[in-house]
Amino acid sequence: MGADFSLRNRFERGLAAPICLTWELTYACNLACTHCLSSSGRRDPMELSTKEAKDLIDEIAAMQIFYVNIGGGEPMIRRDFFELIEHAVNQKVGVKFSTNGTRIDEEAARRLAAIDYLDIQISIDGADAQTSDRIRGEGSYDQARRAMDNLQAANFGQFKISVVMTRESIEQLDEFEALAQHYGAELRLTRLRPSGRGVDVWESLHPTREQNRRLYRWLMERPNVLTGDSFFHLSALGDPLEGLNLCGAGRVVCLIDPVGEVYACPFVIHDEFKAGNVRDAGFAQVWTTSELFRSLREPGNPGACASCGSYDACRGGCMAAKFFTGLEMSDPDPECVFGHGEVALEKKRLTIRPTPSPDHSKRVAVAITSR
Amino acid sequence: MALSAVHVFDASSPWRLSDQVSLRDEAFGALAYHHGNRRLVFLKSPELVALVRSLEEFESADEAIDAAVASGQHQRYVQALSSLFNSEILCGR
Repeated sequence: MGADFSLRNRFERGLAAPICLTWELTYACNLACTHCLSSSGRRDPMELSTKEAKDLIDEIAAMQIFYVNIGGGEPMIRRDFFELIEHAVNQKVGVKFSTNGTRIDEEAARRLAAIDYLDIQISIDGADAQTSDRIRGEGSYDQARRAMDNLQAANFGQFKISVVMTRESIEQLDEFEALAQHYGAELRLTRLRPSGRGVDVWESLHPTREQNRRLYRWLMERPNVLTGDSFFHLSALGDPLEGLNLCGAGRVVCLIDPVGEVYACPFVIHDEFKAGNVRDAGFAQVWTTSELFRSLREPGNPGACASCGSYDACRGGCMAAKFFTGLEMSDPDPECVFGHGEVALEKKRLTIRPTPSPDHSKRVAVAITSR
Repeated sequence: MALSAVHVFDASSPWRLSDQVSLRDEAFGALAYHHGNRRLVFLKSPELVALVRSLEEFESADEAIDAAVASGQHQRYVQALSSLFNSEILCGR
C-alpha cells in the first residue's frame, strides 16, 4: 500500500469524508501529561451536549465514516461516555478510544467488553512506572496497568497499548513489545508532536536522528506494530513504512474538538487550522466547503525539499511539527532524517513560535490520587 | 455457509459482498470497511466497485466480469476479486 503513489495522490486531493476522524470528547482530564496535544485539563463549559454529540454521531453514520477515534482529555470522564459510544456502535460506527485507563475499574471493563465495534487504546509513556510517570504523573503507570489487567480479566479481547515515542521511551521498544505480548495486546507507537503542551517539551524529548533511524528499522521488521501513519517522515530512509505515507490533514483526516470546532488534524489545535464548527451547519458542511480544507487539498509545494531525492517518500513531513516549531510549510520537517530540518530550525531560532490555542491546562499542577 | 470454508477464490462460483462490509463511494473507486476484522480496503476503480456490487446478480464471478468489462481484462478482474476475497470483503453464496 505504501508504495501506491497513484492512490496517495488521489488521497491528497481529499475524500468525500474522512477516513480517520478524531473527536476529542472533553478537555477535562484527571492527568496532566507534559506532552498533551490538546493542552487538556479543565472541562470547557461550551462542550457539546449529549444531544449535540448524538446528532454529530448520526451525521458521522450518514457520511459513512466507518469509525471514529475518540479522545480528549480523558473521554471516560464525560458522564454520558457510555451512552455516546453505544449510540455510535448501534449504528455501526466503530469506536476507537484513547484513555489513560484510570476509569477502567472491574465494572467498567466488563461493560466495555460487552460492546461490539469497540477498540481501546491505553496510553503509557514508558515501560516502567518511573519513565512513564515522568510524563504522565505519579501513579499513572500503575493505574494504566490496572486497567489492562481489568480488561484482560473481563475478556475484552485484544486492546492496544499506545506509546508516544520520546527520547526516553524509544529506548524501551523491546520492553513495550514484551508488555503487549504479555497481554495479547497490539502495540501502537506514535510520534511526539510539538503540539499543545508538547510545545514546551518537544525540544528536550523528541528523538535524536540516530534514534529515529533505529525506530525506522525496528518498525520495518514489525509491520504489525501500529503507527497511525505517524512516522511517514521516516520513510525517506528507504522503503515506505506501513500506511498511507502522507499528511492527511484536511484530506483524509481531521479533528473535532469538545466544543465542536473542526481542525485539520489532531495535532494542529490552533486558530490558523480551524475549518469551522459543527454547531453552525453540521460537520459535512465543514468537511466539504471549508476554504482551509480546500487549500490543503491543493497540490503541495515541495519548497526547500524540491531538490531532495526523497521528497516523494516523505512529502516534506508533518505540517503540525513544522508549524509549532516555527517553520514554514515549505521547510523540511524538523526531524528530517537527513538533518535539513535542524538547519532550518537553527535559522529560525530567533523567531517567535506559535502557541496553541485554546489552552485548557489546569492553572496549577494537580497531584494524581488513586480512586 | 458451507462455502465460507473455501480458501481459494474460484471465479466459476457465485459470490457476493460480505454482510460485514460497508462500501463508501469515492472518486477513485470506493472504501470498503470490514466491521469484523476492522480493516479498510481500497477498491481502486469505479468499474471494480460496480462489478463487486453486481456479483450477487450472477451465477458466477466469471459471468459478472464478462457482463462488466472487455474480455481482454477478464483475468485482471479475477485477480482483483481474488484479492478482495483474501481481505474477506467477498464471501461465497
